[in-house]
Amino acid sequence: MRTALFLLLLLAIAAVPGSLVPQRSSDPNGVQQYFTNNPEIAPVLDTLQAFDVYTSAWFSAIYLLLFISLIGCVVPRTAHHYRALRSAPPKTPARLSRLAGFTTAWAPGVSATDAVESARGILKKSGYRVRLFEGPRGELSVSAERGYLRETGNLVFHTALVGVLVSVGIGGSFGYSGQKVIVEGDSFANVLLSYESFLPGRFFDEGVLQPYRLTLDEFEAVYEQENPAARGQPIDFTASVTSYAPGSEVGTRAEIKVNDPLRLGGNDIFLLGNGYAPIITVRDGEGNVAFSDAVPFLPQDGNLTSIGVVKVPDAVPEQIGMIGFLYPTQATLTTGALTSNYPDLLNPVLSLQVFTGDLGLDGGIPRSVYSLDTDGMTEIAGRTADAPPIQLTPGETVELPDGIGSVTFENAAPSAPADDLTGSVPRFVSLDIHRDPSQGWVLAFAILVLAGLLTSLFIPRRRVWVKAIDDGDAGGVRLEYAGLARGEDPTLDRAVREIADRHSQQLGIRLTT
Amino acid sequence: MTDLLVSSSLTAVWSAMGVYTLAFIMFTLDLAKRSAWAQQAPVAVTAATSAMGQLAGATATIDRINTDTAVKPLSLKFERIAFALTVLGWLVHTAAVVMRGIAQGYVPWSNMFEFSLTASSIIVGVFIAVQVWQNLRFLGAFITGFALIALGLATVNFYVDVKPLPPALQSSWLVIHVFVAVLGTSFFALGAGLSVVQLMQARAAAAKGAGLKFLQTLPGADALENLAYRVVVVGFVFWTFTLIAGAIWAERAWGRYWGWDTKEVWTFIIWTIFAGYLHARATRGWRGSRSAWLAIIGFAAVLFNFTVVNLFFKGLHAYSGL
Repeated sequence: MRTALFLLLLLAIAAVPGSLVPQRSSDPNGVQQYFTNNPEIAPVLDTLQAFDVYTSAWFSAIYLLLFISLIGCVVPRTAHHYRALRSAPPKTPARLSRLAGFTTAWAPGVSATDAVESARGILKKSGYRVRLFEGPRGELSVSAERGYLRETGNLVFHTALVGVLVSVGIGGSFGYSGQKVIVEGDSFANVLLSYESFLPGRFFDEGVLQPYRLTLDEFEAVYEQENPAARGQPIDFTASVTSYAPGSEVGTRAEIKVNDPLRLGGNDIFLLGNGYAPIITVRDGEGNVAFSDAVPFLPQDGNLTSIGVVKVPDAVPEQIGMIGFLYPTQATLTTGALTSNYPDLLNPVLSLQVFTGDLGLDGGIPRSVYSLDTDGMTEIAGRTADAPPIQLTPGETVELPDGIGSVTFENAAPSAPADDLTGSVPRFVSLDIHRDPSQGWVLAFAILVLAGLLTSLFIPRRRVWVKAIDDGDAGGVRLEYAGLARGEDPTLDRAVREIADRHSQQLGIRLTT
Repeated sequence: MTDLLVSSSLTAVWSAMGVYTLAFIMFTLDLAKRSAWAQQAPVAVTAATSAMGQLAGATATIDRINTDTAVKPLSLKFERIAFALTVLGWLVHTAAVVMRGIAQGYVPWSNMFEFSLTASSIIVGVFIAVQVWQNLRFLGAFITGFALIALGLATVNFYVDVKPLPPALQSSWLVIHVFVAVLGTSFFALGAGLSVVQLMQARAAAAKGAGLKFLQTLPGADALENLAYRVVVVGFVFWTFTLIAGAIWAERAWGRYWGWDTKEVWTFIIWTIFAGYLHARATRGWRGSRSAWLAIIGFAAVLFNFTVVNLFFKGLHAYSGL
């Protein structure tokens, strides 16, 4: 117990740092930020595994020791309990007067055999396991015990905790999770290459990926419009998708919502994020279309001011790179800076900084599609350039400086009335796609944990004795009642008293305490 | 209609705070009265405490310890008035909760203001309900004081207007998970209050009757420890359920049942502290004051989880509304 207590408290303390410092598992960007902000402390903390607390050697050591001590405790207790379950209650103690709830009664005209027999009946009916004894001086007694389920529950609780740990470990080793961004109208095929990021477990096998396809037909976001305190707050996100089983051309329509994932092909598919993906077309100096695509822009705030990057490696004569800001409902701050004041597309404006030069894509170094390395490039439109940033509304085309080409912010719904731009920019969703083969087991063990806890805390385990001592001269018996708590049992006294009451009622006598 | 309900709800909150203030004053007057009485009647007190000591000395015999049967002359007028005021304040308080809920059309615990409002109502409700089982009115000053601070913080620092429920919270688990968490918190609060009195009692006993006089009219340290244990155990079961329900909801909403989000970390820490408390009860040398400290630290962690973690730690449970 002392070991378990020590390790439990140690575990509680060891878990604290993980909430103070960002963790790679839950907040990888936060970790990067931390390294930038604290360049001196961060590497020191990193050697202490402070950014991976819950998989660190020291945290693992504590919980593994805790579980070893738990198993070391549960195994002998299980053996002991198994024997207890198969054995009858122990012999009645010689002296009951020192035990809890000791009560005596005088029963005239009753024989010891009858008294003990009726006590046995009462105890048995109350769920006690009973056994009769005859003492050295001929006194008869019932020894009774109940609440074996308390210990059973306790053992189930602790064993189920081991079960939770093991199944969590198995799930983490064989499962995986991946992220995928899909723009409206686009499809996703469930193969490894399609994922933007993919985190496999240690024993992940590519063969478990079922090659289904998923098309994002439409994404609908509903925002609060009337309540002034919450204008623009999202009320509902719905992704309408069509899924195709492997090799099948027959689609099944489905919806994915924030609290309502799609279960498909052994996966759980979650709607975790959304944003805008403006369609941008770039023509180079020779008038050829060098780039035309929907570019997912990452939302920066609640009103979906979004940042995205366009890379045009095929532009002639020079490669073109652009950093864009999309304002779904453009407004101007008092400082003159642009901002968005509503997340829907009421007045969309795209602002682009344009660079020319080397995009750095040919060196074979992997580059993020969400960032632009401007080291080898010259800004030709933007804050440090002669020309201001390019500003576009849907459907508009602007010539780039120096005659290097033009850029178009395509209107995705050109046939809509001119004052309705809500369909002008396609949306994208970011989906989390998971497989956790053991989570059902984790749940089952968690339920056992709870059930075990309830029985082990609220079922009292107790022994009760009723003794009948023949008093031949007076023609009756002296009755003695007492109990013994096995574990926490705050209601033992009352229980013994109730049994004494019922027994005396049955015998037709009055209790004298 | 919404505006009327919201403003009536706030009026009710302020009224409840007024009534709770009166109750708090009455409860403290009651404690003062108990001190005065204990000084005047030292003989009776010794009898009372020894009677209670006997009760507590047996194997966990803590049914219905009547603090006032052994010592009749003690007048409990202030306590009765204070308790009646608490019930009245709680009715007004609960009306405020219900009106807020109706005004927005979903459960009133989706941000810190509403959570403080509802949680303090449930804590006072549990305190009132527990009296049926056991007379714990001596904790009245602690509970009403706690509710007053919670409501004060809620209305002054945490207040937010009625807003639609964000998609992440649109789940029936919001009702179950959070409500049970509040129930657990209530029982932990009572357990912490009992443990504080237990520590005071233990200190007074060590100092041979020195210390606060009103303690002599309350159950002894052992009896308080057993009471605290029984209350905390209930809280622990609720907390375990909260943890499991939270994991099930996290799986649906965030795609994983456990991700060491800051709130999850602290819920786990609290669970572990109280698991330690349960083990401490069965460990030689850890019964008594040490386990009382664990119950208090555990409840402090609950409060920390609600305030500091919500406001200053980064995580997915970003629902403070502030």
